[in-house]
Amino acid sequence: MGLVMPEFGLFFWMLISFSILLYILKRFAWGPILQALAEREKSIEDALKSAENAKEEMLTLQAGNEQILKSAILERETIVKEARELKTSIINDARNEASIEANKVMEQARAVIERERSAAVSEIKNLIATFSVEIAEKILREKLKDNSRQKELIQDSIDQINFN
Amino acid sequence: MKKYIKSLLLFFCVLAVTQSPLLANQEHEESASSTVKKFNTGDLIFSHIKDSYEWHIFTIGETHLSIPLPVIIYSESSGFHCFMSGELHHGTHSYQGFKIAQEGKYQRKLVEVMTDGSEVRPWDFSITKNVTSLLVSILIILIVFLSVAKKYSANFARAPKGIQSWIEPIVIFICEDIAIPSIGKEKYKKYVPFLLTIFFFIFVNNVMGLIPIFPGGANVTGDISVTIVLALFTFAITCYSGSRDYWVHLINAPGIPLWLKIPIPLMPIVEIISVFIKPFVLTVRLFANMTAGHIVALGFYSLIFIFAEKSVISGYGISILSITFTVFMGLLELLVAFIQAYVFTLLSALYFGLALEKHPAHE
Repeated sequence: MGLVMPEFGLFFWMLISFSILLYILKRFAWGPILQALAEREKSIEDALKSAENAKEEMLTLQAGNEQILKSAILERETIVKEARELKTSIINDARNEASIEANKVMEQARAVIERERSAAVSEIKNLIATFSVEIAEKILREKLKDNSRQKELIQDSIDQINFN
Repeated sequence: MKKYIKSLLLFFCVLAVTQSPLLANQEHEESASSTVKKFNTGDLIFSHIKDSYEWHIFTIGETHLSIPLPVIIYSESSGFHCFMSGELHHGTHSYQGFKIAQEGKYQRKLVEVMTDGSEVRPWDFSITKNVTSLLVSILIILIVFLSVAKKYSANFARAPKGIQSWIEPIVIFICEDIAIPSIGKEKYKKYVPFLLTIFFFIFVNNVMGLIPIFPGGANVTGDISVTIVLALFTFAITCYSGSRDYWVHLINAPGIPLWLKIPIPLMPIVEIISVFIKPFVLTVRLFANMTAGHIVALGFYSLIFIFAEKSVISGYGISILSITFTVFMGLLELLVAFIQAYVFTLLSALYFGLALEKHPAHE
C-alpha cells in the first residue's frame, strides 16, 4: 500500500522545484525559443512569398516583353505595307503626271505644226498668185504684140459688154 | 556544457567515495551473524522502486556503497532535525531518536521513536533519493534549455545547430501537433510553456529512471507524489481557464433528459466526478507505467538470483535469457518513456481545450 501513498516530503519538494522550473523555463527558455521559432517561420514565409512575387513579376514582365515584341512586329509590318503602298501610289502619280505632261507637249507641238503649216500654205498661195500674175502678164504681152489682135480683143470685149 | 556535467559527475563521485568507507565499516558486525540471507525478490524490487534516504549504488558482499543524503525533519515534539542519512547506517542505527522503520505501516520511512516505544511519523522534508534525482534532472533540463535558448537568441532566424536541432522538432511537434489541435489556434500560446515543461520534465525523468547507475535509476516519475503534483498543475490550470460554458455544462448539461437531472442529479454528479477523475487518471497512468517498467526489469534480474539459489549454473544460464529480455524491456521502456510524456502532455492539452471550449447554443 505504501507504493500508492503520496509522500509529503517529495510532494513538497516536487511542488516547489517544479514551480521554479516552470517559471524559469517559461521566462528564460520557452519565451526566446518560441519567439525565435515564430520569427524564423515568419521570415521564411516572407522570403517564400517575396520569391513568389518576384516570379510573378518576372512572368508579367516577360508577358509585357512579348506584347511589346508582338506590337513591334505588327508595327513594322504596317510600316512596310504603308511604304509599299506609298511607293506604288508615287509611281502611279508620276506616271500619270508624266503622261499628262507628254500629252500637253504633244498638243502644243501639234498646234505649232498646224500654225506653221497654215503660214506656209498662205505663203505658197501668195507666191502662186504673184507667179500667176507674172505669167499672165507675159502671156498678155506676147498675145498683144500685133494691133490686129488688139483690135480683135477690144472688139470681143466690147461685144461681151452689153448695156442692159 | 560538457564541462558542467563533468564537474557535476566528479562532485558526486568524490562525495560517494569519501563517504563510503565510513559507511562500510560498521556493516560487518551485524550482518555477519546472519550469513546466508534468503534472496527476497519483493524486497529487492521495492527497495529499488521506492524512495530511500540514501542513494544506494552497489553492495559487494556485505559492503554497501551508497551516497548519504540530507535528512530534514520537523517533529512536533522535538522540533527541526537535520543530519546526513549516513548517521542511520542504512537503517540499522537510530539517530537523535529517529530510525527507519523496518516493517509495519511506515516501512522504509523515518519515524520518531517515542518514550513509550510507539513510532510516530514526523514531517519529513528529507532530500531523499527521488528528490535528489528530481533536482539533478531539473538541473539537466535547465542547463540544456537555457543554453538552447541562448543559442536561439544568438543564432536568430537561422537554421538550428547542434542541440537545437534535437530540441526543435519536439518543440514544434508539441506546438503544432498537440497544442494547436487540442486547444485551438487562438488560445494555445498561453499553454505552450506549461505543455513543453511537463513534456520535457516527464521525458527527462523517465529516461533518467532507465539509467541504472547514479544519477539515474531513481523512480521519480514512478512515484505517486511526483505524478500527483504534475496532475495537480494540469487540474489547476484547467479549473483556472475554464470558460463559463464549461462550468455550466458540468452542472446543467444541455441536451440531456430532465429526469437525469431533477430528482437525483445523476448527470451533474457524474460530470463533477469526471473533473476529479481526469487528474487522478493522469496521476495513476504515469505512475503505474513507470513503476511497472522498473518492476519488470528488476523482476528479470531477480530471476538470475532465484535460479542461482537453486544452482549457480542455472543462474548463469538464466542470466542470458534475463539480460536479453531486460535489453528488450529497456528499449520498450525508452519508447514508453516518450509515449508517457506524450500522453500526459496530450491529455493535459485536451483538458485545457475542453475547459476553453465555447459551445454553440443548443436548440
